[in-house]
Amino acid sequence: MNGYNFAYLDEGTKRMIRRSLLKAVAIPGHQVPFGSREMPLAYGWGTGGIQVTAAVIGADDVLKVIDQGSDDTTNAVNIRRFFARTTGVATTERTADATLIQTRHRIPERPLTEQQILVYQVPQPEPLYKLEARRRETLKLHAYAEYGLMNVKLYEDIATWGRIDVTYDYPVLVHGRHVMSPSPIPSFDNPKMHRMPALQLFGAGREKRLYAVPPYTDVKSLDFEDHPFEVLPQGHACALCGCATSYLDEVVMDGGSTQFTCSDTDHCREQQEAHS
Amino acid sequence: MSATPAPLLHVQGIGHRFAGAHDGHWAVQDASLELHAGEVLAIVGESGSGKSTLLNIVAGRIAPSEGRVLYRRREGDEIDVHAVGERQRRELARTEWGFVEQHAHEGLRMNVSAGANVGERLMGQGERRYATLRETAVRWMERVELDAARLDDSPRGFSGGMRQRLQIARNLVTRPRLVLMDEPTSGLDVSVQARLLDLIRLLVGRLHLSALVVTHDLGVARLLAHRTLVMRHGRIVEQGLTDRVFDDPQHPYTQLLVSSVVAA
Repeated sequence: MNGYNFAYLDEGTKRMIRRSLLKAVAIPGHQVPFGSREMPLAYGWGTGGIQVTAAVIGADDVLKVIDQGSDDTTNAVNIRRFFARTTGVATTERTADATLIQTRHRIPERPLTEQQILVYQVPQPEPLYKLEARRRETLKLHAYAEYGLMNVKLYEDIATWGRIDVTYDYPVLVHGRHVMSPSPIPSFDNPKMHRMPALQLFGAGREKRLYAVPPYTDVKSLDFEDHPFEVLPQGHACALCGCATSYLDEVVMDGGSTQFTCSDTDHCREQQEAHS
Repeated sequence: MSATPAPLLHVQGIGHRFAGAHDGHWAVQDASLELHAGEVLAIVGESGSGKSTLLNIVAGRIAPSEGRVLYRRREGDEIDVHAVGERQRRELARTEWGFVEQHAHEGLRMNVSAGANVGERLMGQGERRYATLRETAVRWMERVELDAARLDDSPRGFSGGMRQRLQIARNLVTRPRLVLMDEPTSGLDVSVQARLLDLIRLLVGRLHLSALVVTHDLGVARLLAHRTLVMRHGRIVEQGLTDRVFDDPQHPYTQLLVSSVVAA
């Protein structure tokens, strides 16, 4: 596009973001402040993720953007088109073909490789936020690794509900040191983060924070020894592809009935093609 | 005769001026004291005499303008509370020390259940078994004479006296060696006060705790403390065995304090 720099942001800004990303990769799970810019997108729609993507995207990248597992929802379509217009890079809906994947609320079902980078859009980077609202204090809690408070929340859940009542944004311990918010992915996806071969980058635009999980890093979901973290079975199979191991969405059909289908549309397509 | 063991807490020449205080006004001046293991020391004095400031300095919450606070750790080494880093100071505060606030809601987490309040320090020290946390919380609820059936209730529904008991349980669950109390019984009605004092006295004796209790109530000092220290205008004017201080006050101010207690 005329008059715009490659990937919208100016080179100075991209360099600033890359510097913060390097620091984030060096300290897995640690939130690094960065000078978040105004983007042509409202806060809450992925301004953090889009800046991270803009900072790392190259001319020969192949970009995939997903929102809740789907490539064709408004958020995903807009961001994909934004980068297609401002960079001219190839885009794809296929997880296997992508080198750079920006995501909101899901990790693709297909295992990612060392050749790929996963960028998460993060609304609230601070996992302790709901327990301790003072930023100054949470900084210290992270600095001194005082994470007893995090378990207080889990304790409360078990005492109240008999189980840990967190189904998304389930806090994790990264590299045995920092407690991190995985962004609002379902806890179903948490095990995928553990020792993932792909680089995982997280951007929170409004909160002006970046963090990262380098490839092959330990990511452990917090729990109690006698109430271990577990992924609840979905209890259904996908109505379109028959997959019983993927994360499902409940879709309301005409007439009020509901149908369970794969949330990851590319995974669903792959399964359907494999079986036809 | 064996040599006196070194004190647990050694406060040396503490002085403190708050920022912006007008010339010559010291909140605490030239305060020195020693606290031995198993001893309860009361700090009495009227409002504004510097008691709480001194307590907060001992607790590491306020950095004094002059003087040192030396604390002998479980390992036996002595550390300067204000010279070590914040990390160590925070670690001390959540392992070897307890702090009972005057207003229980400041020392409790009001948004989580009583059980979680008791368990927080344990979780902070790495306890990761839910069953252990539950059992410990029940045991401590009973110890401080709270109904264990209210384990999962919010402290918001607790009375003032119950909240104070819960705060005590929350502090003592990790077996601290030194407990600092800031007016633990004020704001409670008289009968609740008496029972709470009995409980504190029992626990302190049984757990062999050392305690520093700030109070304006001479009755509290008389009941709990082995030794008492009287403060006025930021200075310690008299200190000695509690019975001696109250039965035979030497300093005119102490005499005034003792004589102004209304006999019930």
